[in-house]
Amino acid sequence: MRTSVCDIVLVGVGGQGVILLSNIIGKAALKAGYPVRGAETHGMAQRGGSVMNHIRLGCEYGPLVPAGGADVLLAFEPAEALRYAHYLSEDGIAVVNTYPVHPTTVTTGQFTYPSLEEILRPLQRVCNKLKTIDATKLAADAGNPQAMNVVMLGALSEYIPLREEELIEALSVSVPAKFLEVNRRAFELGRREV
Amino acid sequence: MVYKLQKIIAMKEYLLGNVAIARGILEAGTRVVTGYPGTPASEIVEALAPFARKYGIHVEWSVNEKAALEVAIGSSWAGTRAVSVMKHVGLNVAADPFMTLAYTGVRGGLVVSVSDDPFCHSSQNEQDSRRYAQFAGIPCLDPADPQEARDMIIYAFELSEELELPVLLRPTTRVSHASSDVEVGQIKGGGTNPEFTKDPARWVMLPAHARTRHTVLLEKQDAIKTALADVPWNRLVLRGNIGVIASGISGLYAEEALKQLEADISILRIGTFPPPDGLCSELLEHVTKVMVIEELEPVLEEYVERLARKHNPDLELLGKRSGHIPRVGELDTFQVRNAIAGMTAMPLLEVISVKEADEILPPRPPSLCPGCSHRATYYAMKKAFGKDAVFPSDIGCYTLAVRMGTIDTCLCMGASITLASGIRFAGEERDICCSIGDSTFLHTGLPGLLNAAYNNARITVTVLDNSTTAMTGHQPHPGTGFTVTGARTKAVSVETVANALGADFVVTVDPYDLNATIETFQRAKECQGLSVVIAKQLCGIIARKSGIRRRPFTVNKENCTGCRKCVEFGCPAIEFDEDSARINALCTGCGVCAQICSNKAIEVVE
Repeated sequence: MRTSVCDIVLVGVGGQGVILLSNIIGKAALKAGYPVRGAETHGMAQRGGSVMNHIRLGCEYGPLVPAGGADVLLAFEPAEALRYAHYLSEDGIAVVNTYPVHPTTVTTGQFTYPSLEEILRPLQRVCNKLKTIDATKLAADAGNPQAMNVVMLGALSEYIPLREEELIEALSVSVPAKFLEVNRRAFELGRREV
Repeated sequence: MVYKLQKIIAMKEYLLGNVAIARGILEAGTRVVTGYPGTPASEIVEALAPFARKYGIHVEWSVNEKAALEVAIGSSWAGTRAVSVMKHVGLNVAADPFMTLAYTGVRGGLVVSVSDDPFCHSSQNEQDSRRYAQFAGIPCLDPADPQEARDMIIYAFELSEELELPVLLRPTTRVSHASSDVEVGQIKGGGTNPEFTKDPARWVMLPAHARTRHTVLLEKQDAIKTALADVPWNRLVLRGNIGVIASGISGLYAEEALKQLEADISILRIGTFPPPDGLCSELLEHVTKVMVIEELEPVLEEYVERLARKHNPDLELLGKRSGHIPRVGELDTFQVRNAIAGMTAMPLLEVISVKEADEILPPRPPSLCPGCSHRATYYAMKKAFGKDAVFPSDIGCYTLAVRMGTIDTCLCMGASITLASGIRFAGEERDICCSIGDSTFLHTGLPGLLNAAYNNARITVTVLDNSTTAMTGHQPHPGTGFTVTGARTKAVSVETVANALGADFVVTVDPYDLNATIETFQRAKECQGLSVVIAKQLCGIIARKSGIRRRPFTVNKENCTGCRKCVEFGCPAIEFDEDSARINALCTGCGVCAQICSNKAIEVVE
């Protein structure tokens, strides 16, 4: 029996705005009348480390999405998408920003970063639908590469039971007013991409 | 960060667990809030600080948890509600006042909010604070989610006053750093005018008084159970004759698992320690088999085992001892579901394996930021001391530099200096250079340095002074000149303190000046006594936020020989492209790599 309306796992790299985006989704869900549970990564993992947040819409249990249970995996970075692919359910959708961020283990030459194709092939295998998006470029097009997370939100909006108005309203109370226009453009570019 | 507290107008808000706790503290009319930063507890004090003036509350970052708890105790003894906030290991620092506080008891409600960290997300151990409450003989509340955490802390103040005992609130990482819709209530103003009442038999723990108060504490144990008997966080649903008993957040995992399995299993959820005898015995008499589900220590399991001897001696008890529930790490619905399914011979779920994730992905550990001065300090330290010296270290961002070879130990707050001393006194003859951050130095490094001076430890102590408590989110400390509310205050000079404590050599250096730093370390190394090097440079994140911009650097490909010396420095702003180094957009312009390069290939961007 289902215990949540929609389980989302958001992954990325510390500093990419994963927590901000989780909060926007959480606020929008509240506006939509859903009980909502989220789990955030604060502290150590923010220093450029791998970051995972969980958001459960229409859920009144614990905040952690069980492995194999995510309806949507929203990945801000391709390697991180694969790192957490085991959270996807068989019917799950992976929405992946294709712009790589190299960890220091790669920049210092200890490890190599795999090709995008090597990353996406196993992802394709474990989920129902894989949607790739060059969100970092789209954010730059919108006027600020930092708005990558909001491009991803726009893309995500097509797959979750929240209305655009609810998400935009939550967005506008969560980002400084002077960045709102850029963020609205970023959202729209992301939404149109899927 | 300013957390949204005051703007809560709707009665339901999407709140971080720690902010929900802060909200509860405000609603309870608490007048004094103390704490020391530590993940996952820090946001509670941070959320309250901006509202200190409006609600007439004293909010402070204390220098350490012992100071924090003692300040809160003083306020409680003067008759006001007070709370002290810390992470689990912080309670070790505050354990001395904590244990005797149980004897003296309280006047104004006193809550100790201690966030546990199962899985050690950001900690050096995963101790279980429920044990501390048990050890001290005081009540402990174990919230399952942000709503319970907010509700429980308000109740905890009332319970504390009713029993005249401190109450421990024990959220875990997945409560403190969970977010959910939380129903909130009205904020009460600060209480009446408190006054300390002299009562030596209560407040002066001479042996004769302490013996009496120990008896009082033991006599209160039944009153604790009576008070907790009817709280809403202990709830029993009787179904089939197999049952689960689960504590705190594990109760939510168990409820979800039962729903997924559609299983006819009885469930008792526990939110208080001591647990309720009545509900527990009711369940034990109803079932033939029970599984106890809790994170970390078998606190509940041991209780159930004792109770079963009386109420159901033939009970089959599953849990940690039987190997069904791990004692290490955190639980989730997946693990709990499989544990319950296994108990009832239902099919287990398997994690889909994505083997490529293990095979091709580079690890992404957290690392020091681009331009972080700690990296420069450690580079210079290693140049001066060589890789064979012994490098005890401490707790903070700098521990992330472990791959540089200058972090040989990390035990607990402040232990670097004392471990270094002990290694010297054991007879180690190689050079010893320890490192400790500024906030950690002021937290518990001070007695260690005094001890080293007093007992003539021939070591070098490096204070990595970035003028903040960086790892936990950039909180101010006594060296910064600001309090938690942003008010100006005295700024303690690490240099003055080190001199006053008796160091033989104290020099402050800018780690971005690499040669000067190496040369200072060399002089410290030659010092025959206790030497202190203060490597002082503002945290890069604060520098950026306060508008400090340095010109970035670039690699002149003509001069670059591809020797990789700069790449090995480990700054995320330096990459290697085929045959030469490249500096990316993360460069903060610290200029250290340009000083490392022996071919003058790294130049400032004009």
